[in-house]
Amino acid sequence: MFKLKKIFATDSYIVPVVAILLGLLVGAAVMLIGGYDPVASYRALFNRVFGSPYDFGEAIREMTPLMLTGLSVAFAFRSGMFNIGADGQVLIGMTAASVIGIKLAGVPTFLLVPLAVIGAGLFGGLWAGIAGYLKAKRGINEVITTIMLNWVALYLANYIVRTFLLIPGQNRSEDIPASMSLTFLNSVFDNARLHWGTVIALAAAVFFYVYLWKTKQGFEMRAVGLNPHAAEYAGMNVGRNIIKSMFIAGVFAGLAGAGEVLGVFHYQSVFAGSPGYGFDGIAVALLGITHPFGVILAAILYGMLTYGSAGMSFDANVPPELIRIVIGSIIFFIAAQGIVRWVLKPFYFKRKKEKVL
Amino acid sequence: MSAAAPVVELKQITKRFPGIVANDSISLTLEKGEIHALLGENGAGKSTLMNIVFGLYQPDEGSIEIGGKPVIIDSPNKAIELGIGMVHQHFKLVDPFTVTENIILGTEPKKGLKIDYKSAAEQVRKLSELYGLQVDPHARIHDISVGMQQRVEIMKTLYRGADILIFDEPTAVLTPQEINELMAIMKRLVAEGKSIILITHKLKEIMTIADRVTIIRRGKVIDTVRTSETNPNDLAEKMVGRGVTFKVDKQPPNIGKAVLKLDGVNSKNKEGISVLNNLSFEVKAGEILGIAGVDGNGQSELIQAITGLRKIDSGSITMEGKEIANLSPRKITEKNVSHIPEDRHKHGLVLDFTVSENMVLETYYRSPYNRNGFMNKDIIDKHAEKLIREFDVRTPSIHTSARSLSGGNQQKAIIAREIEKNPSLLIAAQPTRGLDVGAIEFVQKQLIAQRDQGKAVLLVSFELDEIMNVSDRIAVIYEGHIVGEVYPENTNDQELGLMMAGSLKQGGNSGV
Repeated sequence: MFKLKKIFATDSYIVPVVAILLGLLVGAAVMLIGGYDPVASYRALFNRVFGSPYDFGEAIREMTPLMLTGLSVAFAFRSGMFNIGADGQVLIGMTAASVIGIKLAGVPTFLLVPLAVIGAGLFGGLWAGIAGYLKAKRGINEVITTIMLNWVALYLANYIVRTFLLIPGQNRSEDIPASMSLTFLNSVFDNARLHWGTVIALAAAVFFYVYLWKTKQGFEMRAVGLNPHAAEYAGMNVGRNIIKSMFIAGVFAGLAGAGEVLGVFHYQSVFAGSPGYGFDGIAVALLGITHPFGVILAAILYGMLTYGSAGMSFDANVPPELIRIVIGSIIFFIAAQGIVRWVLKPFYFKRKKEKVL
Repeated sequence: MSAAAPVVELKQITKRFPGIVANDSISLTLEKGEIHALLGENGAGKSTLMNIVFGLYQPDEGSIEIGGKPVIIDSPNKAIELGIGMVHQHFKLVDPFTVTENIILGTEPKKGLKIDYKSAAEQVRKLSELYGLQVDPHARIHDISVGMQQRVEIMKTLYRGADILIFDEPTAVLTPQEINELMAIMKRLVAEGKSIILITHKLKEIMTIADRVTIIRRGKVIDTVRTSETNPNDLAEKMVGRGVTFKVDKQPPNIGKAVLKLDGVNSKNKEGISVLNNLSFEVKAGEILGIAGVDGNGQSELIQAITGLRKIDSGSITMEGKEIANLSPRKITEKNVSHIPEDRHKHGLVLDFTVSENMVLETYYRSPYNRNGFMNKDIIDKHAEKLIREFDVRTPSIHTSARSLSGGNQQKAIIAREIEKNPSLLIAAQPTRGLDVGAIEFVQKQLIAQRDQGKAVLLVSFELDEIMNVSDRIAVIYEGHIVGEVYPENTNDQELGLMMAGSLKQGGNSGV
C-alpha cells in the first residue's frame, strides 16, 4: 500500500501526459487489430463531445460525479488511506438527498436544496467515517471495510427507496421536487442536464488544495499520511486525523450523489448492482496523481472518453467498450512509470545527468 | 605484504558530477590478505569510489587493475565475475525467504527444472563452517538478528566466489557484541586468503582491525598509513582537516533540583512480557544522566514511557513535580520536554516534508506559525532559515525535502528543532548513531551546552565511550531495571560492562 502511495502521489505531470498518449496509442493498436480505423474512431469520439452544445453539456454532466469521487479517493490517499468505498458513499449521499428532497418537500426551495445537498455530504461523510473509525480505533484495514460498506450501502439505499420513496409498481422513487439544475443555461446548452454539482466539484477541488496545503489541520493530515510514526511523536492525534480525513473524503462522494439525484435524474432508482461511480473515481484519482487540480483534469479526460465512446460506436461502428481499453492502458502506464521513463529516456538523458548528485 | 601484484589497484581515478569532483585522481592498492580501511566523512567520496569498483559508475579518468591486469568494470555482474563482492549497509534480502533461498537468489543450482535446495543448503552450511559464520541455512530472514542477516550478506558474496570483499559501513547497525563477532569473521576471511576493503568512519574499528587505512577528504586522498604507525587523533585530524578532541571539554556540572523523576515504573509489551521493571531514577537540572546498557534492555521503552508514546502499568513519572505518566505526547511536549528520537527517519522527520515544515513539526499549531487555522508560511520559513543558520544545517534550501539531506544534517535539523524549543528536559536517544566524527563532536557539544544552561539532559546511548565522555552521572539499565548508578570518573569500562551484563548489581559508588 505504501509503495502504491508513492507511485501515485509523486507531483509530476509528465508521466500522466505521456501515459495518456501511450494509452491512446494502445487503443489505436487494438482498433487496428480489430479491423477498425483508429483515426476515424478518435475523430468520432471528439465530434461527439464537441459536436453540439447539448453533447458538450452532457459531457460536463458526465465529468461531474467523476470529479467528486476522484477528489474523494485522492483526499483519503493524501492522508495515507485507500478509499475504495466512494461508491457506497455516493449511494448514501443520493439516498440522503432523495429522502430530504421528498419528505421535506414543504420547505421552501431556497432552503430545501441546500438542506438536501448538505444532508448528502454529511451522510456520505459519516458513512466513510465508519471505515475511518474502525481503522483508527480497531486497526482494521480500510480497504476491506470500505469494500464491504459498499454492499451495505447498496442494499440500504435500495431498502430505503423501496420502503419509503417508491412509486408503486415502478422501480424508482417519486420525483424529487428539490432541483439543482442550472435551468438558466438550458437555452445555451440545448437542455443538457447541467447542474450545480459541477460548481460544487470545482469548489471542492479548491477546498481540497487550500485545506491540505494551507491550513493547520491539513499539515497534520499530510504528516499522518506521509509518516504516522513521526506524526505521533510530534504530538498529533493519528486516529482522529484518519477519521477526519475519511469523513471529508466521504463528504466529497456524498455530494456527487446529491448532484446525480437532484441535478440529473430527479428521482432515485432501485439499483440492481453497484453504479460504479466510486470505482471510476479511483481511476480518476490515480490519473490525476492525487492532486486536486490533477483530479479535475483527469475527470475531464475520463468523462470525455466515456461520453465520447458512444459517438465511436455510432459513427465509426467501434464497440464503446474499446474506450475502456484506452482508459485501462492509461492507468497501467501511470502505474508502470518505469515504462514511461524508458520511453522518455532519450529526451530526458541530458537533464537527468545533471541531477545525479 | 607480498611482492606479487596487488589484488586491486586503482590508478588516478577521477569522477566528476555536475558542480562537484567526487573523486579527484584517487589511487589505492589492496594487497592480498589485507584489510584496507577507507576513512572519510559523509560525502567525502568513499561511496562513489566503491560504486566505481563495483561497476555502478564509470570513472571519467583513471584505470582499475585486478591482479595486475587492467579491467573495465561496467556492471555489478562484471564486478562479481572478477571476484568482487559488496556487503551493503542496507541489506538486500527477501525477508520471508530462508537463508539458503536468499543466498542462491539469481544463481540457483538446478536439478532438471527444479531448484536443488538440498545441495545449495549443503554448500551454504559448508561455507558457514569454513568462515565460522554459524548461520542456519534453513532459518528465515525475519526470524534472525540483524547481525545474522549481515552474515547472510557476506555469504552471498562468498557463494558467488568473491575474493575481494567491500564492506560498506558494516557496523552501523550492529550491537557491540555483534561488532566484535564481525571483526572476528573479517579476520577469518583474510586468514583464508580474502582481501577486504572496509568503508567506515569509526576510528576505533579501524585501529582494531585494519592493516592499512586510506583517508579521503573532499574527494582527494590525504594519506595512506599503516594502522600500526598511527593513532586515532592523527586519523581524525586527517579526516576532518583539523584537530578533533575526543575528550569532550566540559566544566564541572552545576547541579540543581530534580527535573524528571521516575519512581517504580512498570510496563508490559503486547505479549505481556515486562519491559520496564520497577524502574526508578531522576535527572537534575544542569546534569547529563547517561543511560548505559546493551541494546534491547528497555532503553527504547523507557523513552517511549517518558514521552507518552507508551502506557505504563504502574509507578509514577513526574516532570518538575507534575505527574506526566500516560499523558499524550502533545501534553508532555508542552511540559517543556524535548526529544531527539532514536530513529530519525521513523520518528524524527517526515522525510517527504520540506526542511521548513519539519522545523515546526511539533509547534505548527502554536502562534505565530498557526494564524486562525492557517499556516503562516512566511514566519515558518523565517524560523527555518534562522535555525539552519544557527545550527549549520547544510541544505540547498529550506524547501528541499528532508529526505535529500545527509544523515548528519538531518540530525542537526532535529537537534536544532528540539533545542530551539528551550526545554527543561532534553532527551537524546542515540543522538550520534551513524554520524561522522565532526558531526558527533557537534552533537555532543550541543548536549553539554544545554546542560551548562541549566537544562536536565537524559542521554541514552549504546556507545560506551559516549556515555563515559559526555555524562555527569551514569545509570545502567538491564532487563528494564536500573541496576546501579556510578560516576564516570570513578568507574571504568570493565565495571560498566559487568553491570550492563547484569552480573554486577551496584557500582562501587552509588549515585543516589
